[in-house]
Amino acid sequence: MPDLITLTIDGVEVKAAPGTTILRAALERGIYIPHLCDHPDLEPVGVCRLCLVEIEGRRPTVSCKTPVEEGMVVHTSTPDLERTRRVNLELLVASHDYNCQFCARNTRCKLQEVTRYVGLQQEDMDRLRKPPLDQPLDDSNPFFVRNMNKCVLCGICVRTCAEIQGDGCIDFAYRGIRTKISVMGDGPIAESTCVSCGECVARCPVGALVPKKAEEPSYEVETVCPFCGCGCGIIVGARGGRIVSSRAVPGHPASGGSLCVKGRFGLGFVNHPDRLKTPLIRRGGKLVEASWEEAVSLVAERLSRYSGAQLAVIASAKCTVEDNYVLQKFARAVLGTNNIDHCARL
Amino acid sequence: MAGLATALGSGAMTNTIAEIAGASCILAVGTSTTAGHPVIGYRVKEAVRKGARLIVVNPKEVDLCRHADLHLPLLPGSDLALLMGMARVILEEGLQDQEYIDRRCENFEAFKKSLKAFSPEFVARTTGLPWEKIAQAARIYATSKPATILYCMGITQHSHGTDNVLAISNLALLTGNLGRVSGGVNPLRGQNNVQGACDMGLLPNVFTGYQRVEDPAVREKFQRAWGYPLKGTPGLTHTEIFDAAHGGKIKAIYLVGENPLLTEANAGHVREALERLEFFVVQDIFLNETAALADVVLPAASFAEKEGTFVNTERRVQRVRQVIEPVGESRPDWWITCALAREMGGRGFDFQSPEEIFREITALTPSFAGLSYRRLERGGIQWPCPTADHPGTPILHREKFATPSGKGKLVPLSYRPPAETPDGRYPLVLTTERSIFHYHSTMTRHSPGLDDLRGEEELCLSPEDARRLGIVDGDLVEVVSRRGRVEVKARVTRACRPGVVSMSFHFAECPTNTLTSPARDPVAKIPETKVCAVRVSKISR
Ligand code: SF4
Ligand code: SF4
Ligand code: SF4
Ligand code: SF4
Ligand code: FES
Repeated sequence: MPDLITLTIDGVEVKAAPGTTILRAALERGIYIPHLCDHPDLEPVGVCRLCLVEIEGRRPTVSCKTPVEEGMVVHTSTPDLERTRRVNLELLVASHDYNCQFCARNTRCKLQEVTRYVGLQQEDMDRLRKPPLDQPLDDSNPFFVRNMNKCVLCGICVRTCAEIQGDGCIDFAYRGIRTKISVMGDGPIAESTCVSCGECVARCPVGALVPKKAEEPSYEVETVCPFCGCGCGIIVGARGGRIVSSRAVPGHPASGGSLCVKGRFGLGFVNHPDRLKTPLIRRGGKLVEASWEEAVSLVAERLSRYSGAQLAVIASAKCTVEDNYVLQKFARAVLGTNNIDHCARL
Repeated sequence: MAGLATALGSGAMTNTIAEIAGASCILAVGTSTTAGHPVIGYRVKEAVRKGARLIVVNPKEVDLCRHADLHLPLLPGSDLALLMGMARVILEEGLQDQEYIDRRCENFEAFKKSLKAFSPEFVARTTGLPWEKIAQAARIYATSKPATILYCMGITQHSHGTDNVLAISNLALLTGNLGRVSGGVNPLRGQNNVQGACDMGLLPNVFTGYQRVEDPAVREKFQRAWGYPLKGTPGLTHTEIFDAAHGGKIKAIYLVGENPLLTEANAGHVREALERLEFFVVQDIFLNETAALADVVLPAASFAEKEGTFVNTERRVQRVRQVIEPVGESRPDWWITCALAREMGGRGFDFQSPEEIFREITALTPSFAGLSYRRLERGGIQWPCPTADHPGTPILHREKFATPSGKGKLVPLSYRPPAETPDGRYPLVLTTERSIFHYHSTMTRHSPGLDDLRGEEELCLSPEDARRLGIVDGDLVEVVSRRGRVEVKARVTRACRPGVVSMSFHFAECPTNTLTSPARDPVAKIPETKVCAVRVSKISR
């Protein structure tokens, strides 16, 4: 472990590993500095200019791009900083579509955090009010909506797609006041190279990228994605006996806190109406509902008519280790056969 | 994973997923990683961003090629020739790690001799690639260290898949890439718990932890633990099971959580086999195409409705936790199997919880011996984990190999052409692939949204073949093989090389596997769903 660096932020002594930015060091120590474009998973870019701080002996600087140095003395709130920050924020939100009650990001929104800190009021907004952008919603993707009227142009989605997912499907387009995030050719995202992984949706700090089915879970449980062999960690949310959400386990050793479209948006099968809900027994050529007692005794009776050599068990690579162990024990011990295999030996 | 077990003594991924990001070279053979294993794809792209060289060996220009330095679009089924050709270049140009070979490998001379058959002319003709391109790949792989090899379906799903895997381990041994960080040979397991299913002995020849049924000492141990006499001869593999059912030798099958009518090569044969059974019981979460043929269907709980563990492709044993109550009357698979066992008078099936089952597993399985639910609480542990204070094993073969001699075995190999090659009547080669949006059908197809993204099967073919056959994008075409026929929409794309067409196998409406070939790898017995000869023609309406 390298030696920690000691600095002072607003009179508080803070220790941080070399290479940590002032912003991260402050946040970890519980000192809030407004910020929008910084994200712990991404390289800092310093575009929102809300995280300005004063370092004694230097000009004001963005704290998200400045690494800590031994003996640094940092101030996060001075009259000059407050003024600049307010101007920067006003520019950013002049045409923001504030409609918090009906916004999926409400109460977890980074812009609300900043607005509250800066103390922007309704009258400020009225004074600032530029004509709303009135960008049409892009709801072409089956899993998430893009509402560019709420976008703060932090670029987190752009960097996420380039640095985390790795394809770079979206980018800044146009200039000046018309700047916005779009896919190549500015069409609907469903017609782009986007693979719907939702990594950008998970990181957007505001309500510009939100999941379509945004039911709040009443509780969450950490488990493992049931689809492919990556074994990504997922945190599944449920309410009323239904699965309503899924998100990545941050810092998971196998997935590093990422997911693909299946782990994030593909769990709908669990509550699909077609799920089998009772045992079925073939009677008169048709499969009809039966009780567990009937089904179990019928299967047991029929299987016991045969010798091990006449029986086979085909197992599943989707079941748990425990399910599988019991199954091969059953095959080998009770049915007396080594005729057991699974379809995906790959 | 018979191949890796021969050479290295273990058939699993040798390194971790996270390490891929640190490789200097990634050789991706027969894997369309960004589609099949998207999050592993993220690590591959991260490595490339950091400067790694990526070589993609795949008949089709898969998505991964966008990030590659070199794409080798070989003729389907010629992987072995290409890999042996690379080994030849490495030795001819002295790029091997001789010190490593001398210290850690055996059989070098015999292996070297077997390379004679792989002359540049032969390799170029067999693979359909210029020799210089193969040489270039070999140089990049051998000189950028650490180098990792990723492979999956594409390479194992051939009638000579086992040899392909050996050819891969040969390359890694020659260059000293085994047992080092960010190196290794890494089979990417398809479904979530394929690794765990293998680890648990859902194979005809081994108990848990690859303990062989033929080994009397192993058998004795399990007999004592279970209180039953156990058979010492390996059973039938799944393709042999369907054959035996077809031939009337197997009379009853208990099938859990699979849909072979959709996923097996030569699905028509499988259907006939299942229809001939006297008794067929299926346990699943949906009434899929295969379950519809059953005499009894038992409703299983989904992953979200039970406790347990999965083992991912990097051997990480992880806790699966119950989120909601089982839907309807469905029950966890272990509960159902235990109920059947008890009804048949079975002893030792009174488990009250998956944790109790896990304790029995760890008591009988050396590579799991040190694991417990408590230890798996956070992030999981990679086996082998022999004792309760062992941290698990992220990288295999660090000091020695798991073979009897402790050495890595270089295996001489010879080339065998694919079981089915194109001819006048079936002039095109069909290969199967997967889409990022689906995984073996039943679950993904019942997830609203995923189906919208790619709702329909397509036949991809090259513009050259399309022109010759008078087909344009979107035409309905028929695809006919020696075994079956399907109708499908055509997609004309440069991603296919002339002579090669591709389809996926996720859709019940268009079961691709009624077309594919039943020829099998003689050792691993994996059916050849990757290569089969077909003809394609436009359907006029
Ligand atoms: S993005 Fe934030 S500030 Fe804007 S409406 Fe939504 S919650 Fe309110
Ligand atoms: S969409 Fe969200 S993440 Fe992307 S730039 Fe706008 S606010 Fe930032
Ligand atoms: S969903 Fe994934 S692929 Fe699509 S734009 Fe966002 S990060 Fe990129
Ligand atoms: S989230 Fe995607 S990559 Fe991760 S395990 Fe699930 S299917 Fe595989
Ligand atoms: S957070 Fe520092 S400039 Fe945006």
